[in-house]
Amino acid sequence: MSANTENMVRVFERPRSLTDAQFSYCPGCHHGIVARIIAQTIDELGIQDRTIIVAPVGCSVSMYEWFRCDGIQASHGRACAVATGIKRVNPDLIVFTYQGDGDLAAIGTAESIHAANRGENITVIFINNQIYGMTGGQMAPTTLIGQWATSCPDGRNARLAGYPIRFAEMIAQLDAPVYVTRQALYDQKRIMAASRAIKKAFQCQIEGKGYSLVEILTNCPTNWRMSPVETNSHLMNKVINTFPLGDLVDRG
Amino acid sequence: MAEAAIRAGCRAYFGYPITPQNEILEYMAAHMPTAGGAFIQAESEVAAINMCYGASAAGVRTMTSSSSPGISLKMEGISYLAAADLPCVIINVARGGPGLGNIAPAQGDYFQATKGGGHGDYRMIVLGPATIAEAIELVMLAFDLADKYRTPVMVLSDGMLGQMMEPVAFADPVDPTSLLDKSWALTGAEGRGPNAITSFAMDPKDLSQINRNRQTRYQQIEKNEVRCRETETSDATIIVVAHGTVARIARTAIKMARSQGIKLGLLQPITLWPFPSAPLRTLASGVSTVLTVEMSAGQMVEDVRLAVADRADTPFYGELGGLVPTPQDILREVKRNVSQH
Repeated sequence: MSANTENMVRVFERPRSLTDAQFSYCPGCHHGIVARIIAQTIDELGIQDRTIIVAPVGCSVSMYEWFRCDGIQASHGRACAVATGIKRVNPDLIVFTYQGDGDLAAIGTAESIHAANRGENITVIFINNQIYGMTGGQMAPTTLIGQWATSCPDGRNARLAGYPIRFAEMIAQLDAPVYVTRQALYDQKRIMAASRAIKKAFQCQIEGKGYSLVEILTNCPTNWRMSPVETNSHLMNKVINTFPLGDLVDRG
Repeated sequence: MAEAAIRAGCRAYFGYPITPQNEILEYMAAHMPTAGGAFIQAESEVAAINMCYGASAAGVRTMTSSSSPGISLKMEGISYLAAADLPCVIINVARGGPGLGNIAPAQGDYFQATKGGGHGDYRMIVLGPATIAEAIELVMLAFDLADKYRTPVMVLSDGMLGQMMEPVAFADPVDPTSLLDKSWALTGAEGRGPNAITSFAMDPKDLSQINRNRQTRYQQIEKNEVRCRETETSDATIIVVAHGTVARIARTAIKMARSQGIKLGLLQPITLWPFPSAPLRTLASGVSTVLTVEMSAGQMVEDVRLAVADRADTPFYGELGGLVPTPQDILREVKRNVSQH
């Protein structure tokens, strides 16, 4: 039986905004899903030729190589300041940052909060995997109480290391942000919801409404020392108890 | 200096308040919006230099300013600017240090400015004005050099210049739209492949090549851009080397010395990096003494001694902690060194 490709309808393909370069993520990592969603969003909104990626320090340090968009690599924590500089001198560009929990919520706390407070018309994609992935599994500001990490070998102890920071809730206290939400990727339904949230965040920027933050609860099979399937269960059964899902601000 | 920057086509300024350079921030707050540029009072010096990194990457002439403790905070960003080959002008209105120090004029940031400051194998062009007229001339030059060599450029001023008023004549403004043809800038990948601006190269072979290419550019700067100002050097038997405010004071000391029959001259490095070693070496061959005067415990004197070697004596006189030498102080040191011969 020969396949009749002429009558076939293509229902799934690589987003046009992605290059042919391979992602450098570990097997089972959620980062790749987010990159794909962003690329698809850029395709759908037709903004590939005016989107600027601000890549962080961490596992996504060279993500600009995977997109057919202009990109810049920021120093650790400073992505929101870099994005601010780009956007202020060329407001027609669509500028987004892609930052991990260490980048956004530890070393870059000041830049992250003040860009939000100024209502910079940028989109922040915040990858919260509760650990430092690139450096080998140290405690993050979002590490759960009791969670093991190489720099808290007895589990995170609140008395010594404080509590996991709910960054989206902190940003939601400010007057300027127009869209702040927390999403996850542990099942198909969540992936679809996260896709809609990312698209909405970019639309806010395109329409000139102002600052948006999409926090995404993701996994790290390598440093959590779990199988990818186990990480999804862990996110669904445990992580969302500390980091509840849903929209926190919607002025869009 | 702020007006000179706007006239040079600067259309993005980001800063944070610190004495004694608040006037630049305040002038930019008032005038950058009417010039059609971006102004933000940032949450920190770290944020400000990273806003510069972004704005420069987007192709716009960009500046920040601060004073010594704030410049320390900017050093990470300066290293990244150098590594990403991004032009940017940084004004340091230097004050007494280390630490919080005080708000008086000082030159203790010379090492930080000229020898690195931030991490890694990079160089930064450093310009040292002695008067307000020089300052505005050098601010405008700084933007041209930054664009030409795709490098951060620092104007190393001090609290004396920062708080001084002098009449000056401004050059005509540059049309900023004439400066925007930067094919490497992030303007959106429309009708071309994507541009990437990065300081990251995982493979040592790649980073080595990138760094070697940058060093070649630094050699071009050393060859083409050395600038210094000589005063009364043609018949001098003793030379003072001084930069910035001290050079200005030394000019008065020269007049006093010459009225007393001492043939004193001055070499003022305008480019602190690249340091004017060759002109200094030539001068040193014809004099007995090259006296370095700084508002520090002795930083530039190391470059002076490297250049002069054993061609002349190389004594040092410095005032520390925000004290400013008077012309009489410099003349006293000159006489002390002359009498030893």
